[in-house]
Amino acid sequence: MSRVWLSILTAAAVSYVIRVLPLTLIRRPIKNVFLRSFLYYVPYVTLAVMTFPAIVEATDTMTAGVAALAVGVIAALLNGNLITVAAACCAVVFLLELVIR
Amino acid sequence: MSKQETKTAYLEGLRDGFPIGLGYFAVSFSLGIAARNAGLNAFQGLIASLLCNASAGEYALFTLIGAGGTYLEIALVTLIANARYLLMSCALSQRISPEMRDFHRYLFGGIITDEFFGINIARPGYLEPVYYYGAISVATPLWAVGTALGIVMGNLLPGRVVSALSVALYGMFLAIIIPPAKKDRVVAVSVVLSFVLSWLFSRLPALSGISAGSRTIALTLLIAGGAALLFPVKEKEGAA
Repeated sequence: MSRVWLSILTAAAVSYVIRVLPLTLIRRPIKNVFLRSFLYYVPYVTLAVMTFPAIVEATDTMTAGVAALAVGVIAALLNGNLITVAAACCAVVFLLELVIR
Repeated sequence: MSKQETKTAYLEGLRDGFPIGLGYFAVSFSLGIAARNAGLNAFQGLIASLLCNASAGEYALFTLIGAGGTYLEIALVTLIANARYLLMSCALSQRISPEMRDFHRYLFGGIITDEFFGINIARPGYLEPVYYYGAISVATPLWAVGTALGIVMGNLLPGRVVSALSVALYGMFLAIIIPPAKKDRVVAVSVVLSFVLSWLFSRLPALSGISAGSRTIALTLLIAGGAALLFPVKEKEGAA
């Protein structure tokens, strides 16, 4: 099997176990405060690390990436809706790159 | 549950799953562009999305495939990028009827996402697997097909459209992390610190050799671990 397929299966297996294990094994709430707290902060830190600086490097021009970050943060502050924020980021990149490119 | 109640719950799931599916489609299209850059074909993207069901996790997977990451790196990054589902799974386990058949845990549990978690936890009372399956049956195919189309059409679209769509995923990430940061000062500081350290790690000569995946792992352990030590969460209800 190719490296790509094995990579996909690795990620799929880990994703499945993570989601299903607590639901099937742990039938009581987690008591350990550190573990609870760590799990609470993890998603925000992981996503933040993955978002920046990647967002400013994803677009053809860095200016548009910076604008997308700014608009994304403002849109998320005003309205947390996933689709709205994602659309606002795309729109600002598209419009800005029409002008500056 | 009567037949009628089952049908109603399923239809309600379809109804609530549809807008989620539309959003999934847009985001997974942008994910498909990342997958294409990593060298995946449309079928591989389709299967990856059907099996993984995770924007951040799949993005990390595709990035690592492109960068020649090891299986261990992929497993670790998937674990970290999806760690929030552990917590959601714990939360969902508290809402399960003693009468629910056990196989449901293995079925819908495998497809916990931020959005499915959100709509299910928002319903009062015990979890209804049928409702969950209604939402899955409309949103998950759109997620998978979007990824495949992103891979196929990514190179047919004009460059400026691809450039614009490439930020959709990050926009979604921002929509997940910014609203809680508004309510919780520790989360806000953690997010800012993550931005700053992530940028430093990618720029400083001594650190920029570290792969994006390892950077994500190291900074998550450091920042989330530090925050948990200094500001333990007492009564806050997890990522829910």
